Amino acid sequence: MTQVVDERELEASFERTIAHNDRIEPRDWMPDAYRNSLIRQIAQHAHSEIIGMQPEANWITRAPSLRRKAILLAKVQDEAGHGLYLYSACETLGVSRDDLTRRLIEGRQKYSSIFNYPTLSYADVGTIGWLVDGAAICNQVPLCRTSYGPYGRAMIRICKEESFHQRQGYELLTTMMRGTDEQRALVQESVDRFWWPALMMFGPSDEQSANTEQSMAWGIKRHTNDELRQRFVDMTVPQAQALGVTLPDPDLVWNEERGAYDFGTPDWDEFWAVVKGDGPCNAQRVAHRRRAWDEGAWVREAATAFAASQQTSEVR
Amino acid sequence: MSSGVKAEWPLYEVFVRGKRGLNHVHVGSLHAPDDQMALLHARDVYTRRNEGVSIWVVRSTNVLASSPSEKDPLFAPSGDKVYRHPTFYEIADNVPHM
Ligand SMILES: [Fe+2]
Ligand SMILES: [Fe+2]
Repeated sequence: MTQVVDERELEASFERTIAHNDRIEPRDWMPDAYRNSLIRQIAQHAHSEIIGMQPEANWITRAPSLRRKAILLAKVQDEAGHGLYLYSACETLGVSRDDLTRRLIEGRQKYSSIFNYPTLSYADVGTIGWLVDGAAICNQVPLCRTSYGPYGRAMIRICKEESFHQRQGYELLTTMMRGTDEQRALVQESVDRFWWPALMMFGPSDEQSANTEQSMAWGIKRHTNDELRQRFVDMTVPQAQALGVTLPDPDLVWNEERGAYDFGTPDWDEFWAVVKGDGPCNAQRVAHRRRAWDEGAWVREAATAFAASQQTSEVR
Repeated sequence: MSSGVKAEWPLYEVFVRGKRGLNHVHVGSLHAPDDQMALLHARDVYTRRNEGVSIWVVRSTNVLASSPSEKDPLFAPSGDKVYRHPTFYEIADNVPHM
């Protein structure tokens, strides 16, 4: 007797799992739209980690001390690791690693637009750790409970490591703020450049966000973009005060009634321009990734050939 | 510029023993050209902060997994054997240490 597994039955069981806050695992049946939405989000996240190495790696050879150099190397290496955890989670959905890399270097998939801004001084290493990794933490902590098992588990590993990233950045800035007037000015200038792009990391406002509603219904996302942005602002303002920098927003003010900070509107035209490829470094970032991929081809091929030759010599 | 060896490196599953006395636990996967390189990559990717004292790697194609769609029939044999659980047995309250 053959039992025809009814698609509606599979869908109902999927919906039940989501409703119970249980996790979907790789070999479970899932709607195509859920799978595709996850592939898009996890790939974009993985690409961001990988591209995100570039702005900071820019300063490794010019780190001001051995201590700072060791820290920055470890931080950039972590970002590579984060990319690998996420690619491995994404592959459980049935896409290959090579395909994901190709989608990135051919511009078919995006990464966070924050990494299309340049790093102009060593203070930027500190500001990125504090604000960019800080915003990433805000985004990522709720994703530890995302409905897709492998994605949530990758996020747990990542979140454990992010705290080091944020703290080393803040400590770097604190050190500079205790230095000369010139160093303090470098910190302020860096914060001025990164504040608004950091707020844009949470994505467009809720009315503008095409994917949020469905992602939340599926338990992929747990909070809206605006909720997370507000949380980030509320956490960051006292840190800025302790550091002694001002955040470049005249509308930033405590709202007693809401128990939260009011703040200005990011320049969404700039955001969309950067997303669409017109940021200061878009072309450079992708070209660099493509060059690394092309120039590494002979290593990948040689290692494959070596492994094959080892196997044939074993057979003999 | 390539010599034509196009195949992607095979996928490996990685298991890490966090410390002595614990089981190896699956932590994720990675690509490597061979077993030895898989072990080295696993060290770099999954144990940058002393997360482990021992690593296993195994080619993903060598893992045989039960099918989620056959979940109910596969696990049915244990489903109706409540007498395998200690709570099945009623023991008077005045019996100590049991
Ligand atoms: Fe990261
Ligand atoms: Fe980070």
